[in-house]
Amino acid sequence: MSEALLTVQDLRIHSGEHELVHGLDLTIDRGERVGLIGESGSGKSLTCLSLMGLLPDAVTATGTVDLAGEGDLLGRSEQAWSRLRGDRLAMVFQEPMTALNPLMRVGAQVAEIIDLHRGGGRAGAGRRDSSARAVELLAGVQLPDPARAAHAYPHELSGGQRQRVMLAMAMANTPDLLLADEPTTALDATVQGQVLDLMRAQVRDAGTSLLFITHDLGVVASICDRVLILRHGEVVETGEIDRVFSAPQHPYTKALLAASALRTDPTSGRLVTIIDTSDPSDPSGPADSVDRAPAPVARPAVRPTVPTPGPHEVIAADGSSLVFNRTAGVAPLLAVTEATRTYTRSGGPLGRSVRVEALKGVSFDVRPGQRFGIVGESGCGKSTLLRILTGLDAATSGSVTVEGREIVGQRDSRLRWLRSAVQIVFQDPMGSLDPRMRVLDIVSEPLRGVTRDERYERVVELLEQVGLPRSATDRFPHQFSGGQRQRIAIARALITRPRLLVADEAVSALDVSVRAQVLNLLDDLMVEHDLTMVFVSHDLHVVRHACDTVAVMNAGRIVECGPTQAVFDNPLHRYTAELLRAVPRLDAA
Amino acid sequence: MALTVARRLGEFVLAVLVASIVVFALLSVLPGDPARAQLGLDATPDEVQRLREQLGLDRPLPVRYLEWITGFVRGDMGISYSSRTPIAPQVLDALQVSLLLVGAGILIAVLIALPLGTIAAVRQHHWDGALLAGLSQIGISVPNFLAGLILVTVFSVRLGWLPSGGWTAPADDPLDFLRHLILPALSLGLVRGAILSRYTRAAVLDIQREDFMRTARAKGLTPGAAMRRHGIRNALVPVITVTGVEFSALIIGAVVIETVFVVPGMGSLLLRSVANRDLGEVQAIVMVIVVLVLVVNLLVDVVHSIVDPRLRSAR
Repeated sequence: MSEALLTVQDLRIHSGEHELVHGLDLTIDRGERVGLIGESGSGKSLTCLSLMGLLPDAVTATGTVDLAGEGDLLGRSEQAWSRLRGDRLAMVFQEPMTALNPLMRVGAQVAEIIDLHRGGGRAGAGRRDSSARAVELLAGVQLPDPARAAHAYPHELSGGQRQRVMLAMAMANTPDLLLADEPTTALDATVQGQVLDLMRAQVRDAGTSLLFITHDLGVVASICDRVLILRHGEVVETGEIDRVFSAPQHPYTKALLAASALRTDPTSGRLVTIIDTSDPSDPSGPADSVDRAPAPVARPAVRPTVPTPGPHEVIAADGSSLVFNRTAGVAPLLAVTEATRTYTRSGGPLGRSVRVEALKGVSFDVRPGQRFGIVGESGCGKSTLLRILTGLDAATSGSVTVEGREIVGQRDSRLRWLRSAVQIVFQDPMGSLDPRMRVLDIVSEPLRGVTRDERYERVVELLEQVGLPRSATDRFPHQFSGGQRQRIAIARALITRPRLLVADEAVSALDVSVRAQVLNLLDDLMVEHDLTMVFVSHDLHVVRHACDTVAVMNAGRIVECGPTQAVFDNPLHRYTAELLRAVPRLDAA
Repeated sequence: MALTVARRLGEFVLAVLVASIVVFALLSVLPGDPARAQLGLDATPDEVQRLREQLGLDRPLPVRYLEWITGFVRGDMGISYSSRTPIAPQVLDALQVSLLLVGAGILIAVLIALPLGTIAAVRQHHWDGALLAGLSQIGISVPNFLAGLILVTVFSVRLGWLPSGGWTAPADDPLDFLRHLILPALSLGLVRGAILSRYTRAAVLDIQREDFMRTARAKGLTPGAAMRRHGIRNALVPVITVTGVEFSALIIGAVVIETVFVVPGMGSLLLRSVANRDLGEVQAIVMVIVVLVLVVNLLVDVVHSIVDPRLRSAR
């Protein structure tokens, strides 16, 4: 049944003078599942929006988009598009938290799309039918108690549940083509797996074709038959997914696969990266790449001497206390003992307050030179723990010592030393740098009592270490790419010569190619600066590479901790095993 | 839900109590003795003392406060020092007039602001949207007494369609009441409407960028239908807040307009009481205005929780 459903020819997308997508060709057969893969700025989302006629005002598309039985869609009126959208073409978006109308019951939002395209004339009876149908659809996406879910408002549902609602809505009129733009990127790993399974089943049962847009190759492998690799608005490679992933032809595809798998170069032991000249050198320079870029300045590839591995332990069944990662005879750099954090949410002057236990007694050591990973899903308490370690929040009870000095219960003014001993790199490289400060001032801000010249010298030295040119000092954050900004954030963190570097999802917002570069950089800096690292992430893959020891958190506790390899190969706790199973893998196709 | 309402009402009562203490304390520590103020400079200390006893001014402050506030709750605001008549009937009459005027003003403002603000946002890249945005900018810069004077000049003096001032109670003659209401209400409403339309425009612009608006279009709604079914109600949330603040501002702002149009409202009464140095009356009027503002805030909260389900469970 290889009948073409959608044929796109020479699709070009312009924003003013700029051409963002340069002549894309794409055919999707009925029932076929196609993946469109690309990093940020590749034009994948714009391509998707142009197929729905939902491009932003200033952006235009040319070429032909031919839907079977409809003819060319581009240039049609809003009316004509609205007839197709939600009926023959449907879409699921990335952000489940904001994609639903917050003021409208979920059932009504699902019913609306049914009413819009089915017999709008009959009001009363049709309305009742469609609400009943909405409940059926919600049951179909496996929401527990669908009748109650239909009556709920979006804020009463979790992210995964909302994405199920979006899917139910998109599939309501059994569309011919479902477009999914990074539909699981914002979800936790276990939830992501469930939503992907559901989506696969739904499109298969309905005979719907799927265009799945993502930057995550593991996700694509689990859901698509065929992929297109998009780069800078051009398809560099296309083919059956098995072929592309096992025998990629284009150098970019090869590099992307290596970077996604966090593959290491056997000779240097470093992560394979996609070399992008636009990144480390001139921020305003052209953004190209694989073919003509010179090799990066190779630093001596010294892997740090891995400290003797700690014990592999699991939480006791009764939840009794245990200090994870403790080794006799070695003084820990960071020691956390029975740390708890309870929030009291106030209900106003006369309201009843609510107690939330974010941390329920966490104990672990981190020895000097260790790379200690903390993994867990959203709400597990890892962010709370991190805020306590860095003195940004105080534990309700328990003790946290850094180099033997207690930080719990100290006043802010007594924690000056901590601010230089412990530094953080945050997740969002866009939001964590002051947009009105120059890089020189951003990086040197933590320095006190230092002359102007010394300040400048130290900033330049650090910028060079993180791979940024001297000229970067005079620029503002918006003039840099995401990866470069994260380098600036790292330089800022290192200027106080900290002992402990805390990375909070530090590479989660980055493209896979840039992610590998930043991880390599952290690797080098660990050695050069004699650092100890606590690396918090939801991404098991990254933690596996970046850390020698890993702690798994769930519901405010550490459930398992041990040498990374041991934990990944032989998980002792049920939750760890579940978490590992949920990670989409490249070889799952 | 019932608990939430009870709690919110409790908060309201608490706020009124705190406000009443502040109002009472402030006016009690002001320099100047009401008894002396009434009797004039040539009164003997004995005469002043006698009047103080007569007015109850010689008793301790807490006792006077309790007496004042319990009276207030029963609708007894005391006796005016200057006219020797009960304060409550005067204040309530003036309150009725002011509420009608301010209510009409807010109604006009909202009727202007919602459609114009929405159109200005939806058509921001077209000449008509830009024109509306520009007009509202001009509207904001006009003080409302000037708007009042211009309206009087055009509609009363030149055209002679409407009276330039005065007031008729609606019960006496509904038609004449409307004729007297239109110009002052317009002077208040036009300027507030211009301000409110800026907020509406901003709120609608924000909503247009929301993800759920894109979802609505992906479902097959045209941009117009998406705005009507999903956009407007969401945009209303911030607009309601601003409307509440504007209402409070209008109660005060009406003082000038009442003077321009010779309307016997709270503003006129307040000015007269201040001129007469009648602290009892001033106290009562300020307290009524404070309660009014708190009631408006309460109403804004209620309307909010009707419009936005997130606020119902969050508290």
